[in-house]
Parts: sequence; structure tokens; C-alpha cells
Amino acid sequence: MIPAQFEYAAPVSIPDALALLRSNPDAKILSGGQSLIPLIKFRLAQPALLVDINNIGGLDYIRAQDGWLKIGALVREADLEDSALVRRSYPLLYDTTLSVADPLVRNRATLAGNLAHADPANDHPATMLAYRAEVVATGVNISRVIPIDDFFRGLFATSLAPDELLTEVRVPMPKPRSGGAYLKMERKVGDFATAGVAVQLNLDAAGKIEQIGIGLTNVGLQALRAKRSEDALRGALPDAKGIERAARLAQEDCDPASDLRGSVEYKRNLVRVLTMRAIEKAIERAKGM
Amino acid sequence: MEKVTININGADYSAEVEPRLLLVHFIRENANLTGTHVGCDTTSCGACTILLDGKPVKSCTMFAVQANGKHLTTVEGLAQNGKLSPVQEGFHEKHGLQCGFCTPGMMLTSVAFLKKNPNPTEGEIRWAISGNLCRCTGYVNIVEAVKYAAEKMKESNQ
Ligand SMILES: Cc1cc2nc3c(=O)[nH]c(=O)nc-3n(C[C@H](O)[C@H](O)[C@H](O)COP(=O)(O)OP(=O)(O)OC[C@H]3O[C@@H](n4cnc5c(N)ncnc54)[C@H](O)[C@@H]3O)c2cc1C
Ligand code: FES
Ligand code: FES
Repeated sequence: MIPAQFEYAAPVSIPDALALLRSNPDAKILSGGQSLIPLIKFRLAQPALLVDINNIGGLDYIRAQDGWLKIGALVREADLEDSALVRRSYPLLYDTTLSVADPLVRNRATLAGNLAHADPANDHPATMLAYRAEVVATGVNISRVIPIDDFFRGLFATSLAPDELLTEVRVPMPKPRSGGAYLKMERKVGDFATAGVAVQLNLDAAGKIEQIGIGLTNVGLQALRAKRSEDALRGALPDAKGIERAARLAQEDCDPASDLRGSVEYKRNLVRVLTMRAIEKAIERAKGM
Repeated sequence: MEKVTININGADYSAEVEPRLLLVHFIRENANLTGTHVGCDTTSCGACTILLDGKPVKSCTMFAVQANGKHLTTVEGLAQNGKLSPVQEGFHEKHGLQCGFCTPGMMLTSVAFLKKNPNPTEGEIRWAISGNLCRCTGYVNIVEAVKYAAEKMKESNQ
């Protein structure tokens, strides 16, 4: 597959990258390239200018600061997998990064690119919904913080402006008695999810669910928040019946399409089962089991 | 056109290239190193795996201009002074290949993996090579080859 022609620039600073994006309305940011380059090879994307951000220094940090886990735009999936901090305190993020693509793709693919691409089949969007994360968008003279619920705008669409860079992802530091889990049904390694469910929650001292986030992968035009399921469990002492009911709400509220991975009915049922199991696993982890 | 210089297996290769040239084509056609294979159009197979600054990546899913100034290792760089590396020896001894199409990528992934994890379990080996597809072997002997290499490297470190 031979891509169409394009111009290429590899700026070394954020301001230079932003100026390049402004200079050409058909410019595209190139990060890990693991979604964009396949599209370019098939000529499904034909940007006039590629602004390669890989040479910008100082964007590959993972640090805990001010109540957030802050992840720079050039952090790769493999960096998340290798981070002791992520493995120890962010089991939902750790589960998710391991389920993305394959080890070779993960050496290039970035978390920021996974969110900016906004493919409903990407795994991180649901996880960031469950965490109630934020992203930082940097524009020419201003940067703004976007709550994740305002970020996704449908199929492959986000609230980023064409001349904005997603520079940081912020995941709230977990409260005591927190747990999370990502469960994904995939047909084989490297496949996108037939369906995926992300759950993050914390328990109060009495064992009731204090806060809970549930995100769903690849069962709608974008990653979905299972809002009614969350509401059903918030404040409740979790038991099998309550979890089952919350899972049924997710089954009703998701909006999958029938395709080669399964029928609508199958996928809805899968969402129910995965939601149940992910909640149970998150609770086990919150209890330190 | 952009001028790029890429160090492959210790030697510099320079060329004027279009930005759209994929790295794998630079390696095969500009540097004439044809051990790196192209097995798919969809970033799925890993036959094109090379080490980019020590990390295994798919060279069909990078542009050559992105590797300007970087150090790559391809299968041609594994043997030293005519002597097979432990991973190559393992594939030879354990019959870790049939047609050989996946083998260069499989071996480069294994080399990087054993550097990170010199004492792997079978599960860890299978996980590590899960981005490299083989249509022939059924993987059993590939896993044996990687185990062999791990043992061999331990012996030579003693
Ligand atoms: C074989 C294969 C299997 C895969 N399987 C999965 C899977 O199971 N789950 C999954 O979630 N993903 C999967 N992916 C996708 C992979 O994880 C992508 O690489 C990732 O979604 C995008 O990250 P990237 O850094 O490679 O972005 P790129 O491909 O470089 O960019 C993707 C898009 O985001 C934009 N962009 C990138 N970075 C920024 C930024 N910092 N600011 C603003 N815009 C930006 C680009 O302009 C482009 O439009 C798979 C890919 C392959 C090739
Ligand atoms: S040629 Fe198949 S992944 Fe690169
Ligand atoms: S030996 Fe033929 S593809 Fe692996």
C-alpha cells in the first residue's frame, strides 16, 4: 500500500507544532501512528501535512501530582505497562493498556492518540469515562482542561480544535478502598473489542459504593457512560442482585451494531455479563482481595 | 524530498526520500536488506518487525523520515562475526521455523524480550510474541527456541 503524497514536519516544541497546524487546514498530528498510518496507507486519510510530534521533548512523563496521575502525550502503551505506579494503583488503566492491540503496536501507540482518535472500538475512552478523567488541550495562546464527558463527540469526533494538541491526560488519584477493572471480549490478540466494560469505584467505611464509573467500549458510536447502572449502585451496599440489576441497565442502554463480531442481541448480552463481572472484580480489588 | 540518514546494524544509510516512503521499504529497497519482510497491509502480522533504538516495532507502520538519525537492528544484524546469536541458534536447533517468512520478526521480538526478561515463563514468551503471526509452525517450536535462547544466554553469562 503506497500512501498519497504529503508534506512532513517534525517540530521540536509545542508552539512550533501548533504554528504548523495553523499553517495548513489539512494538517494532521502524527503521534504513535498506529491508527493514522494504516488509514493513510489505505488512503482513507489523505492529510496534506503531517506534523510529527514525536520529537517534542518532555511529553513522556507519568507522574502523580495535585491529586492526579498526569500522563504526557507521548507516553506509549508500553510505558504504562512498565510503570510500577500504574500497575500498583491504577488496575483499571493497567488492565486496559494490556488489552490494546499487541506488544509491537504498544511500543508506539500513545494513550493520548487513543483518545484523540475517538474510535468507539478504542479501549481507553471507556476507561477514562469510568475514571472521570480530564484531558488538557493546548492551543496557540491558551490551554484548557476538558472533562472527559465533554470530550467525545461521536464517531471519530472530539471537542479538540484542529489547531489544538492533546498534551496531557489526567486520571484522578484513587481514594482509599478503590478498585477498578477492564474486561474485554476479543476474538484474538490484537483484535478490537466485540464489547468492553470499564469499571472504577470506591467503597466507604461501611462497604457501600461511594462513587462508581462505568464505561462501555464498541457498543455505540462512541464510548458510552452507563449512567443508569452507575446511579443504581451509587450509595448501595453491593450484593449480587443489585449488581445484576445494574448490569441489565447497561444491557438496555448500550447501542451496538450487528457486524462480523456478533449480532446486536449477542453484544447486549455480552455487555450485561462483562458489566457484572467487571463490577465484581472492581469490588474485590477495592477490598484488597 | 527529505534527506535521511538511518543507522542500520551499525552502518549509516543515507538517501533522499519522499516522506510517504515506509520505513520497511527504505530498509528493503534503499539499504538492500531484504531480511525484513512485508506480510500484510494492515499492521497485523509483525513480519516487518525491527528494533528501533532497541524496541521491537512494525516498520511498515512508520515512515522512513521518522527514523532519521535513529539506530535500527534488522535480522542481518543479529549474527556477530559469522556466529549465530543465541536466539538464531535456538530457532535452528529447535526447528522454530518452517517457511521462514515470520522468522526475522519473530527473532527480533525475542531478542528484545529476553533482554527485558531473561528468565521467562512459557506464558510470558507467548504473550511477548503475540504480535508476530506465524502461519506454519503452530508456535510450539518457536516457544521452545526462545526457551533455548534464554538458557543459552544464562550459560554464557556465568
Ligand atoms: C493491529 C492493531 C490493533 C489495534 N488494536 C487496538 C485495540 O485492541 N484497542 C485499541 O484501543 N486500539 C487498538 N489499536 C489502535 C492503536 O492503539 C492506536 O495506535 C491508538 O488508538 C492511536 O494512538 P497513536 O499514538 O498511534 O495515534 P496516531 O495513529 O498517531 O493518531 C491517531 C489520531 O489521533 C490524532 N492524535 C494523535 N495524538 C494526538 C494528540 N496528542 N493531540 C491531538 N490529536 C492527536 C491524530 O491526528 C490521528 O487523527 C490497534 C492498532 C493496530 C494497528
Ligand atoms: S507487514 Fe504486517 S505488520 Fe508490518
Ligand atoms: S514459519 Fe512460515 S510463517 Fe512462520
